Amino acid sequence: MSEDKREMVDEQDDGQVKESRRDFLKKMGVAAAATAAAPAATAKAVSIAEALQGHFELMSDEQKQKAIARLEERYSEQFSKQTTVANTPAPDGVLFGYALNISKCIGCRRCVEACVRENNQSRDPAIQWIRVLRMEKGNVTFDAKDLNAGKPSSSSLGDHGIQSGGHAGKPVGISGYTDHYYEPEQVPEDNAFYFPVQCQQCEKPACVKACPVRATYRDPNGIVVIDYNWCIGCRMCQLACPYWARRFNWGEPVLPSEEMNPKTHYLGNRPRPRGVMEKCTFCLQRVRDGRYPACVEACPVGARKFGNLLDPESEVRKVLATKQVFRFKEEFNTDPKFFYYMD
Amino acid sequence: MTMKQQIASASQKPIAFARDFFSYAIKGGNLYYGWLLFLSFFVIAGLFTTYVQMTTGLIVTGATDQITWELFISNFIFTAHIAAAAVLVVIPAYIYKRKDMKELAVLGEIIALTFVIIGLNFIFYHMGRIDRAWHAIPGLGIFNFPSSMLTYDIIVLNTYLAINLVAVSYLLYMRYLGQPMNTKFYTPLIYVAVAWGPLIHIVTAFILSSNAAIYSWKTAVLPFAFLSMAGASGSSLVILMFLLIRKFSKLQIADSVIDFFSQVIVWSLGLIILVFISEFFTELYSGTHHAASLEFMIDGHHGLDAYVPWFKMTMTLIVLPFILLLNTTIRKSYNSLLPVICSVVFLTILIEKPAVLVFPAFSPTPLGEYAVYHPTLIEICNVLFIWAVGFIMLTLLTKGAIGVLTGEVRDSKTVEAGGGAK
Repeated sequence: MSEDKREMVDEQDDGQVKESRRDFLKKMGVAAAATAAAPAATAKAVSIAEALQGHFELMSDEQKQKAIARLEERYSEQFSKQTTVANTPAPDGVLFGYALNISKCIGCRRCVEACVRENNQSRDPAIQWIRVLRMEKGNVTFDAKDLNAGKPSSSSLGDHGIQSGGHAGKPVGISGYTDHYYEPEQVPEDNAFYFPVQCQQCEKPACVKACPVRATYRDPNGIVVIDYNWCIGCRMCQLACPYWARRFNWGEPVLPSEEMNPKTHYLGNRPRPRGVMEKCTFCLQRVRDGRYPACVEACPVGARKFGNLLDPESEVRKVLATKQVFRFKEEFNTDPKFFYYMD
Repeated sequence: MTMKQQIASASQKPIAFARDFFSYAIKGGNLYYGWLLFLSFFVIAGLFTTYVQMTTGLIVTGATDQITWELFISNFIFTAHIAAAAVLVVIPAYIYKRKDMKELAVLGEIIALTFVIIGLNFIFYHMGRIDRAWHAIPGLGIFNFPSSMLTYDIIVLNTYLAINLVAVSYLLYMRYLGQPMNTKFYTPLIYVAVAWGPLIHIVTAFILSSNAAIYSWKTAVLPFAFLSMAGASGSSLVILMFLLIRKFSKLQIADSVIDFFSQVIVWSLGLIILVFISEFFTELYSGTHHAASLEFMIDGHHGLDAYVPWFKMTMTLIVLPFILLLNTTIRKSYNSLLPVICSVVFLTILIEKPAVLVFPAFSPTPLGEYAVYHPTLIEICNVLFIWAVGFIMLTLLTKGAIGVLTGEVRDSKTVEAGGGAK
């Protein structure tokens, strides 16, 4: 694992990070293809008891233990390794919050990779919970030849003083100039800045409101979780989310045994079945044990901060108190607990 | 006849009724069998593709995280159009007391019944976990009422299904027995059904417009658009059905009935045009981010312009029939232009659902990606499967109902004894 990481990111003298994400993806693809054929990773049939089990929050402790035992047995067999499914309760007096420094982010996407490895996402089809948007600097042109390139364009009927040209910025589009699939030789690039987006763990989550069966709900620490055994796959939550944070298991997820993280939580990173929704849980299996989310640990430039919003001494609270902070798409009024800030 | 005897005879006769009804319904000429055979072809192909989808998952459809609604749910919205519009057959008879439509009201209820069932099938194909559908049954699972808009749809669709099922079978059964209906029971049921038709459709519109993240759906004109499209597409189907019925069966349908529905189509199309103009003006004049999906449909985006021809075609084929149907001669061309125009309106509004309403709405995604939807063959086969099953059901129920209405299907004892005596 550590060797892998060293291969993937070569620290260079000037502080730039050489990225070989293509290699990483290639490796992932090969691994996925290899294990798709291996019998060890084929999904085991779900028992009748599991198919008939109720909503996790409404189960008695005994029922929860049984459900967890069933899952541990099934996963251990499927992935040929001892798998634990924890039911660590939410700690008291904690409201998890996240702060991301966009002036530091170099767009290396090590957070994406760490997230995929930690949270047992399907490798094929590839599911990633974090999406890093690349935006070009200087989105304004003063070049004379671009003056009439924009929209609305000048009219043959005359401009009447109200038409604007390309000098006012490039044509309209909702962040239409963000690149989701950039593949540079090196990051950071001189002419770009980066904006990672993942579940914003809203205090007023539109997804929770939309779920017809309450399969997705807010836990006591403010994390929006999903009971993968209760989700009916209607995807109303995916429509409701203004952050495009939710991913659907369109097919049977393929997770190579050797890449599977056996330390799981029922509401967190346990392997998901086909036909259900999944998304970032702030690495619930880690943070309920007092550890940092995988993306926070993976960030090579320290752009990601995480902590308890109720604790005035926490790193997140200090960021909120001292930095220029904003929340993404505040107009949706969902009150995210994910903050962006600048130095 | 005493009450007891009535109950005793009533408990024996439903089976005879069902037998007589369906043995009449499956009899017909070569054209009739040809039609059913044609539909059966899609059923057989669809059984295989259904198996593929149910065992492999929704990955066999064209849906992605970017465009998360597929052809199934797009078609569902259309079935809700027709199911809601079916009350247009009932309203003239029961609210305006039109004599020429009294007999036909039951056909409207059959359309409603069938299209709700087709719609529910589409919803099942849309669900990622059909095996967990029971999670949404109140009592058994958890019903997130009143927060989730989908729970309202579950309530209104199933209620509408139940109302129409009861109304249709009660009316036909009583006609079969030759007994008068209990109007104290039947009339209130019909009035509830009349109110419920638009209701299912308004709720369906709210399911879409409740999504703040999808700008082109988050508009107050959506229920108006849906109801006017229902009026146009539903009435088109009714005219086509009625023209076929009066050509091939003994059931009399007056020209005045057809004229009523062509009027409804004209003014529904007029309303659609108004709704589109309001929406396009509001979005395009200010030209904010909210207009991005619409601009994507009109102009494309950096060469991604697959929706542009569909958009232009849909708009043309909504305006053109409107202009044509303003002409009385065309409205009365029962055997030539009118059925052609009705088919065009029906198909245009069907195609409008995925090609204009649903798929382009997902571009740009909340994070600004533009994408074009590519339906898969398996998905298309499954859509055709559901439509074929629905049309087989519609054909058989309508045929059987015509038999009951014309008196060809009736209780043999009623015939022998000349009216109801045991």
